[in-house]
Amino acid sequence: MIANYGYKDGSGEFFISIDTAKCAQCEAKPCVEACPEKILVIFTDDYDDEVIGVKEEHRKKIKYSCGPCKPITEKRNLSCQKACPSGAIVHSW
Amino acid sequence: MATGKKKEHWRWEESNWHNPEIDWVKARIITAGVDVGSVSSQAVIMCDGKLFAYSNMRTGSNSPDSALNAINWAMEETGLTLDDLHYTVGTGYGRINVPFANRAVTEIACHARSGGFMYGPTVRTILDIGGQDSKVIHCDSKGKVTSFIMNDKCAAGTGRGMEVFADLLDIPIGEVGTRSLDVEEEPEPVSSTCVVFAKTEAVGLLHAGWSKERVLAAYCSSMAQRVLSLLNRIGIKKDLVITGGIAKNIGIVSRIEDKLGITALKPRYDTQIAGAVGAALFARALIEKDN
Amino acid sequence: MITAGVDAGNKFTKVVIIRDGEVISRDQLPSGFDRRQSAFKAFKRALSTAGLNEDDVQKVMATGAGRSEVDFAGGTVTEVGAAARGSIHVIPESRTVIDVGAEEGRALKMDETGKVLNFTISDKCAAGAGSFIEMMSQALEITPEEMGSLSLQAVQTVPMNAQCAVFAESEVISLIHSRVPKADIARSVFNAMAGRISSLVRRVGLNKELAMIGGMAKNPGFVRELEKDLDTKIFLTENPDFVSALGAALIAAEKIS
Repeated sequence: MIANYGYKDGSGEFFISIDTAKCAQCEAKPCVEACPEKILVIFTDDYDDEVIGVKEEHRKKIKYSCGPCKPITEKRNLSCQKACPSGAIVHSW
Repeated sequence: MATGKKKEHWRWEESNWHNPEIDWVKARIITAGVDVGSVSSQAVIMCDGKLFAYSNMRTGSNSPDSALNAINWAMEETGLTLDDLHYTVGTGYGRINVPFANRAVTEIACHARSGGFMYGPTVRTILDIGGQDSKVIHCDSKGKVTSFIMNDKCAAGTGRGMEVFADLLDIPIGEVGTRSLDVEEEPEPVSSTCVVFAKTEAVGLLHAGWSKERVLAAYCSSMAQRVLSLLNRIGIKKDLVITGGIAKNIGIVSRIEDKLGITALKPRYDTQIAGAVGAALFARALIEKDN
Repeated sequence: MITAGVDAGNKFTKVVIIRDGEVISRDQLPSGFDRRQSAFKAFKRALSTAGLNEDDVQKVMATGAGRSEVDFAGGTVTEVGAAARGSIHVIPESRTVIDVGAEEGRALKMDETGKVLNFTISDKCAAGAGSFIEMMSQALEITPEEMGSLSLQAVQTVPMNAQCAVFAESEVISLIHSRVPKADIARSVFNAMAGRISSLVRRVGLNKELAMIGGMAKNPGFVRELEKDLDTKIFLTENPDFVSALGAALIAAEKIS
């Protein structure tokens, strides 16, 4: 499953896409620890796979939560993507 | 005013139904699905995978009570009691607050699961416009989610936004769709994305002499555009279906179809019960898995 | 030299008349449906307060969302330009300015002459604008002013989940139903909105000389939450909602000389 977490409003589209099929295969899930803002969480989905998702409290403000790793104008340095061994995390902005 | 509203044009009719031709006593497996949404709650009861009874009502201030009211209303006059239900799945915004449920499943998985039942086996994209969010779900032939996207940050593109407009224009929510089509030519969509600003814009348009129908047309068109941009974000796989409360609004459905150039499959049942149907189907699959 | 500035906002139209850099008259009227007419009426009223005729004013500059409709103005200036020019005049030490009006929030950075270096605007969503506070005060059945003073008596902040004004209104009503004191709700609303305005400020870059103008600057409840969120003191001025009109009048004077 490609799970898209985030939102769209007048200022743009801010979604983090997680490929849970890849994610379920990964035992270590290093992305969760790698995120400096701790926005990712491990949970068991509706099909009983252990996957990661974006924490509920960050979903409506990920533009701000992810701000430290990617300010709008400056270089991008995405700790979650660097940590993920299977390229399962994609950001829309 | 927010409290003590005199106008209640957003109120749609609550309903319950059961199939008198099914004798639940003879059923092997009786499952229930309860969808406690932010605005409305539904309960569905299935006997051996067949729709037996359902209810659809407004969610109260307390989720456990809303869930109980919905299931009791669905069971009304059927002789069923909570003890007769073999397995119940709770879903929706208040899913963890369904006291009699055996398990909670997200509404995304439930909508995908119910697609085949509600619309037929060719469903691959489900657009669900609820009271407080809009979602696009891709599913496979077995009703399993392959991808999803949801927007619940903003009232634009949700049923709640439509209610605000029905209230502003003094038009019963059930008439919004047909009246929005009662215009000679389609106006430009309302330009503000935000419901609050769109409301101000609408007041200006009314003042400039626009009819209520034309203002509604402009809002429905802007809402259709808004929902489409979410749809385009993950793409459309045929067949497409539109579910949730807004699926009953012909003004939105026809504009989405026009803009896409494809027709959405027609539902076999009340579109508001899709989530609860999925939950009841999930319940059946979970029983079979356990046994 | 006498010049005037007209700030045709989404909600109110403000007029300021200056003589040699000194304010001699100010007036405001609701913008209504006919912004041109409201602007002209407010201008006339300001003239009569100052005992002046239209001909005495050498130049009028218009700013604000409805500036193009102010047909008696001799030119227009952007909201950001007018806000910066007015702010540097009333608060000379300010270098970052927050301007929160009815339908927009802005943050800008400027140099010591009031020249804008960098700015950001949020005008697509009511959650970052004065309308948000107005809607929440209606839900609380008090005025925005009462809400401001009430919030100062709050003992705690409760988390607000909704970002959207429409959803936040329902959330406020359910907080009232669950008997959360109105003072606490008021502070929580200001706190939520302050978070959104802070992010605008951080995007232009926060320095210590921070000023706030626009109608929301008159609300002590909001200013306090914003100061806490940004962890800095905010400079205020007496008539914050007239600063952009003043800026436009100052720019008008500069255009002549």
